[in-house]
Amino acid sequence: MSELIRKSASELSELLASGEVSAVEVTREHLDRIAAVDGDVNAFLHVSSDALDVASSIDERRSKGEALGPLAGIPLAVKDVLVTTDMPSTSGSRILEGYMSPFDATVVAKSRAAGLVPIGKTNMDEFAMGSSTEHSAYGPTHNPWDLDRIPGGSGGGSAAAVAAFEAPLALGSDTGGSIRQPAHVTGTVGVKPTYGGVSRYGAIALASSLDQVGPVTRTVLDAGLLHDVIGGHDPLDSTSLRDEWPSMAAAARDGASAGSFAGLRVGVVSQFTGEGFQAGVRRRYEEALSLLESNGAELVEVSAPHFEYAIAAYYLILPAEASSNLAKFDSVRFGMRVTPPGGGTVEQVMSATREAGFGPEVKRRIILGTYALSAGYYDAYYGSAQKVRTLIQRDFENAFESVDLLVSPSAPTTAFKLGEKLDDPLAMYLNDITTIPANLAGVPAMSVPIGLAPEDGLPVGIQFMAPVREDARLYRAGATLEALLLERWGHGLLAEAPELGGK
Amino acid sequence: MARDRVMDFDKALELFEPVLGFEVHVELNTKTKMFSAAPNGFGDAPNTNISPVCLGLPGSLPVVNEQAVRYSISLGLALGCSIAPTSRFARKNYFYPDLAKNYQISQFDEPIAFEGQVDVELADGSVRTIPIERAHMEEDAGKLTHVGGATGRIQGAEYSLVDYNRAGVPLVEIVTKPIFGAEHDAPELAKAYVSTIRDIVIALGISDARMERGNLRCDANVSLRPRGQEKLGTRTETKNVNSLRSVERAVRYEIQRQAAILADGGTITQETRHWHEDTGTTSAGRPKSDADDYRYFPEPDLLPVVPSPELIEELRAALPEAPAIRRRRLKETWGFTDLEFQDVANGGLVAEVELTIAAGASPQAARKWWTGEISRLANVQGVEATSLVSPENVAALARLVEDGTLTDKLARQVLEGVVAGEGAPEEVVEKRGLAVVSDDGALIAAIDEALAAQPDVLAKIQDGKVQAAGAVIGAVMKAMRGQADAARVRELILERAAQP
Repeated sequence: MSELIRKSASELSELLASGEVSAVEVTREHLDRIAAVDGDVNAFLHVSSDALDVASSIDERRSKGEALGPLAGIPLAVKDVLVTTDMPSTSGSRILEGYMSPFDATVVAKSRAAGLVPIGKTNMDEFAMGSSTEHSAYGPTHNPWDLDRIPGGSGGGSAAAVAAFEAPLALGSDTGGSIRQPAHVTGTVGVKPTYGGVSRYGAIALASSLDQVGPVTRTVLDAGLLHDVIGGHDPLDSTSLRDEWPSMAAAARDGASAGSFAGLRVGVVSQFTGEGFQAGVRRRYEEALSLLESNGAELVEVSAPHFEYAIAAYYLILPAEASSNLAKFDSVRFGMRVTPPGGGTVEQVMSATREAGFGPEVKRRIILGTYALSAGYYDAYYGSAQKVRTLIQRDFENAFESVDLLVSPSAPTTAFKLGEKLDDPLAMYLNDITTIPANLAGVPAMSVPIGLAPEDGLPVGIQFMAPVREDARLYRAGATLEALLLERWGHGLLAEAPELGGK
Repeated sequence: MARDRVMDFDKALELFEPVLGFEVHVELNTKTKMFSAAPNGFGDAPNTNISPVCLGLPGSLPVVNEQAVRYSISLGLALGCSIAPTSRFARKNYFYPDLAKNYQISQFDEPIAFEGQVDVELADGSVRTIPIERAHMEEDAGKLTHVGGATGRIQGAEYSLVDYNRAGVPLVEIVTKPIFGAEHDAPELAKAYVSTIRDIVIALGISDARMERGNLRCDANVSLRPRGQEKLGTRTETKNVNSLRSVERAVRYEIQRQAAILADGGTITQETRHWHEDTGTTSAGRPKSDADDYRYFPEPDLLPVVPSPELIEELRAALPEAPAIRRRRLKETWGFTDLEFQDVANGGLVAEVELTIAAGASPQAARKWWTGEISRLANVQGVEATSLVSPENVAALARLVEDGTLTDKLARQVLEGVVAGEGAPEEVVEKRGLAVVSDDGALIAAIDEALAAQPDVLAKIQDGKVQAAGAVIGAVMKAMRGQADAARVRELILERAAQP
């Protein structure tokens, strides 16, 4: 394996800046890696044919002495939920097969402007509905740690691409854990920013009040660098915050050099420590807590009594919004069109198209959501769910009165086997129990790898959650923990992953 | 289609009390659309004024048009409404191909304006107060054209074309409370109400208010209840009645139709009804029950609208005067008699006359054109006078008469040309060659010829019997095909006859 692809984005940034390597070389190495291993991993739905040209233009600009951003010339994998003008955008669905968007998602446009090289579109559960990427219409992605296991979801493609060294950086979207749970099961770093911190314009909507775009990387610093590129106000997204944001990369560098958590009050969510968590996940999590404490953090047990209702509320709010957001896929203006034999009315064509174009999980949630919004049921379902949402927000507010950060395991189990939970939607939904509260409250959260579960040798992550707008706290603490673990292990966790592409 | 039976209007009113309600949609004339930067324009090539947002493309998001919010607040204030400190957009979910996202962004339980009232003046000068329930902001849908069917309706069509230029155009929907006590005046009140709304939005300058273009659309709800009954009857909603005249006719027709059914012991179906301009009747649309489920929920892509108290006060201070006060003022300024003004007001022509005067015409000329020839043409064609010609063109026409370029008779011909789409009055004069011949040379030649042909008349004139000139004037006017000023012709005849 080429050494170049094992480098973090920040390392590549230095090599590119000093002229030791070119963007074309970096991009070619990653394209070669994709060619070598993606047949096994299936992280990509589409690989860019322009990437080398884009890389070459970055090299040219650099050679002319143009001042480029730190990530210029570095390949970026883009979750297929984000629309792009140069590659199809399907959101993992048959109904959008081959769909070309006339505009770039704002995060993609910002990435291009920063000189990043979009290298391909990554696989995902259809319309981001799922926790395993098995609901993709284009076949599942395989976990690079064990190809028989799921890479998490919905953003399994982005996480697997980064974990398999097919790209140093990826963009994901997180509605209920779709960045953090895949990070947890693939040994990578994933961040869901504060709701409104990153533009949603051009992210094919799943649940508008929960969706948030964020970075998927192998190091906390890399996530910070990418966050700095994609974050900030976007006039095209009315829910985008107008705040001035501090540099997340700077926060990560601060954290890495701090070497201790002195003065940090960390709330341990008592609801996320007991039953339902795999033993190896618990063990690594408890070790991580000890590491926090032995390095100066003050651990405080915190109760968030309404978190236990989070999944129930989430599976009413999400389907409700999704049922409306997905109504536009009707064959009239774009996308797949299925005409019933002998023609048919527009209603029949819409119906046949949606029947053929949507997978079973999407249909399940559209039906759920339609029901939850129906007259006579609205108050009992959607209305109650919104009340629970408010209570969960209050749980966070109460907790953050006494602590700076909250922690939990990023997910209750390590990567499960492909197919294991496919027929049991409820079991699948429960895998997001730890990640969903942050989406309901709009707070930022990050998953950082903390080791391998002894019983199966698979990665485990810890989740940090911060108050709204305090994303930088995540980067500072995450980078401190990462540095301490790196010191203990002598290498990054992914160095322990099996070699790929041998077969 | 079988014609519905109708009952005599007076008889219907004897047996039943009509209860009315109106939903008026006003298209705002903002530069851009309600939720995107796409232009808000009329008459452009299909699907040119569009953006990813208007088409509901994947990943697109709405952004509220601030001007539309200001216009909506102004309209709410002009309707005497309270302005909500916080109002919210909601999604109204239903599948229809003219609705790009298959949901309409509207307002549901938190409209921007609520609880108002509007005074409406009837032809006899009496004033009725119409209670307003709410005015809310929403986006218009696209426009469907059904091709291949006989009627232009979706039934029987081979295929349909969608134009999304209108999709996302800002709308304010004004909803009245039930209107009681209209009695025999119900049809007239309906027309007067819509006319008043039209006057208000024109005075505010927030809409082009051209009903024939759909800038202002009225859905008329009518129900009847037997005299003495407390409970409201079942209502019908006649959709998109797109002229003032039609609003009046549609309400009258529905009263007569429903009365015939009820008197026979039948029941009214709660449904929407289509208005047919040609036959003056309505026909059944789709059944509409109160249980229509649009699965409204708060629009998560948009923040609540929270206008500052300062903005509301600023807009309140800038409001034009109320229609009734305005009418009184205009009548005085224009120097119209009661009858003259009522003529204008009852024709729904106050705004037109005002704009025509603003464009340079004298009040009397503006009044005469609108209530005279233009209304006559509109009647013949069965359309709204306002749809025939613009105030600017009427002013131009008046100017041409005033400066002697046209006689009244010629001006009427020019008007016909303008209405036929031949261009502005000046262009029609040019194209049709209709200007008064003011070249004395041409007139003198014709006069000399006429006098030569009638030596006896010439002799009479020279004898001092000047009234004999009439016969020559006729001949000259005929030779000039009417394009001469008769007074000038007379002058010249007397001049020529006096010459040796």
